[in-house]
Amino acid sequence: MSAQSTTAAPPEEPVRTAGPGPDPSPAADRGDARIGLRAHLRHTGALVRRNLLWIRQDPESMMDAVLMPIIFTVLFVFVFGGAISGKGNQDAYVNYVVPGLMAMMGMNIAMGVGTGFNQDFQTGVMDRFRSLPIARSSVLVAKIVVEIGRMMVATAILLAVGFLLGLSISNVPGMFAAIALAMVFGSAIMWIFLTMGVVMKSAQAIQGMGFLVLMPLQFGSSIFAPTKDMPDWLQTFTDYNPLSSLADAARGLFNDAGPVAHDVWVTLIWSVVITAVMAPVAIHKFRTKT
Amino acid sequence: MAAGTLVAMTRIDKNSRATASGSPHAVSVRGLVKHYGETKALDGVDLDVREGTVLGVLGPNGAGKTTLVRCLSTLITPDSGSAVVAGYDVLRQPRQLRRVIGLTGQYASVDEKLSGRENLYLIGRLLDLSRAEARSRAEGLLERFSLTEAAKRPANTYSGGMRRRLDLAASMIGSPEVLYLDEPTTGLDPRTRNEVWAEVKRMVTDGVTVLLTTQYMEEAEQLASELTVIDRGKVIAGGRIDELKAKVGGRTLRIRPADPAELTATAAALDEAGLTGPGNALVDAETATVLVPILSDEQLTAVVGAVSARGIPLAAITTELPSLDEVFLSLTGHKASAPQDPAPALEEAAA
Repeated sequence: MSAQSTTAAPPEEPVRTAGPGPDPSPAADRGDARIGLRAHLRHTGALVRRNLLWIRQDPESMMDAVLMPIIFTVLFVFVFGGAISGKGNQDAYVNYVVPGLMAMMGMNIAMGVGTGFNQDFQTGVMDRFRSLPIARSSVLVAKIVVEIGRMMVATAILLAVGFLLGLSISNVPGMFAAIALAMVFGSAIMWIFLTMGVVMKSAQAIQGMGFLVLMPLQFGSSIFAPTKDMPDWLQTFTDYNPLSSLADAARGLFNDAGPVAHDVWVTLIWSVVITAVMAPVAIHKFRTKT
Repeated sequence: MAAGTLVAMTRIDKNSRATASGSPHAVSVRGLVKHYGETKALDGVDLDVREGTVLGVLGPNGAGKTTLVRCLSTLITPDSGSAVVAGYDVLRQPRQLRRVIGLTGQYASVDEKLSGRENLYLIGRLLDLSRAEARSRAEGLLERFSLTEAAKRPANTYSGGMRRRLDLAASMIGSPEVLYLDEPTTGLDPRTRNEVWAEVKRMVTDGVTVLLTTQYMEEAEQLASELTVIDRGKVIAGGRIDELKAKVGGRTLRIRPADPAELTATAAALDEAGLTGPGNALVDAETATVLVPILSDEQLTAVVGAVSARGIPLAAITTELPSLDEVFLSLTGHKASAPQDPAPALEEAAA
């Protein structure tokens, strides 16, 4: 993805009061206070390009997005598949777990945003960006755009591995709807990790903290196993866990299995609420970081 | 460099530059305060930088130099006080201000994973240059800073000097009116440091106003016309470099006669010629040298003349600048408040 090709004219000329003469600096003539939408998109595009160049420079940084879906799918299907769906019955578990893994991977990739963003701050390039006349949110939005791209790669590989192991999908538009839902929820979670990336001291701290929060959320959900045999108190938790909603919605959408409207709505509402709360916090923290 | 600056706290229209007829200051700072908890990083700093000149801000680690630069480049918000840079109010017009400043230093850096060319192109795009403009500006600056050959390599493969040159190039993309250089040569070897100095001097001849922070008297003397000395967040001295040097004793001339037996004769010759001011020439027997404080190049010439008139053969003459410690000692009567690295070229002076 590359930057927008259009060069927007600067929205407003500053109303400069009688300066002693024409200013020779071209930059000085663009003293616009506000940053228009087109400029915002152009800045975001340039920053997305930066992050894509990183991947080209360091292809190993894509390893997690490529290998995680392969390893997780194979592990869970063969380790838990028999126990949950009965020996030799792994196919059934593939259909159960792959939509769930899609939700889980979104979380892990979102955590990567936070650690990567934190490392950005250690190098000083963030101070350069923050001293440039760009909307500071474009730095964060670019990060999210690139990570959604990585999530899509991981999802494509997950589905490919799933098909090899016997995944069946009867509703293709439903599958795309499920993928889109996972992206929406994943990008909402990214705002949380971006905030942590700005606020917390080190990438290791974010990773440690991230696992502490993500593990209960991921395992205390319907991602890996149906919740009906869990103790009541845990079921209460899993019922309110948005990852359960996302996994259940994805399952329903993949195979037209039962009503999904409730789970889709719950996931969407969680996404909107998390974004509405955390995006301003992340941008504010980024703006005022000292 | 057209717009003048307004020092007073006059109400400023959001989109207009403050102008005041005849005010020659590109940077005006009044009463700037920034506290971090109990620490007063800036404790009421006032300073001015005249357009097209270099102001050196000299101080030890922890004096508040970097906090000052971060306030003036809108990275942090001061607790109180005001600052006008290139006609824009730091607090009220941060976005306009960001268009006309460049920042290079310990902190504002480049993306290490991108190549030199991609770094410059990226910043050009973020400064709203078209693709073609951003590309040609990047090429021009790579050329100017002798980085064309390394343009394709990631910045993390660059040597220290190349990195600083790339930093400088990056801060020049927007053709800034005011450039902040925050300790631009800290950690560089003397040869690389000279390279960076040469680049900074070229920028100044192009008409850029520079605010330079440094721990080294020598660097300030090389680059700056005026100097502000800060310590513990406060300005403790300021003025033209030569005035301050007069205050702190200027340079020290170290003369080594070819024959150590002539040390006393050398010192006597200088005392008699009245070239050692109120005191006497100091004989340093350990290094077999005579030390003479001098304030001007003319005085240096006179000293050499007086010694050769006596027919004393000399083995070496070196000049030494006062170290930051000595500057502080003479300005404040106390040592610099935080430990600092000795300036590479000045280590001998401390002996």
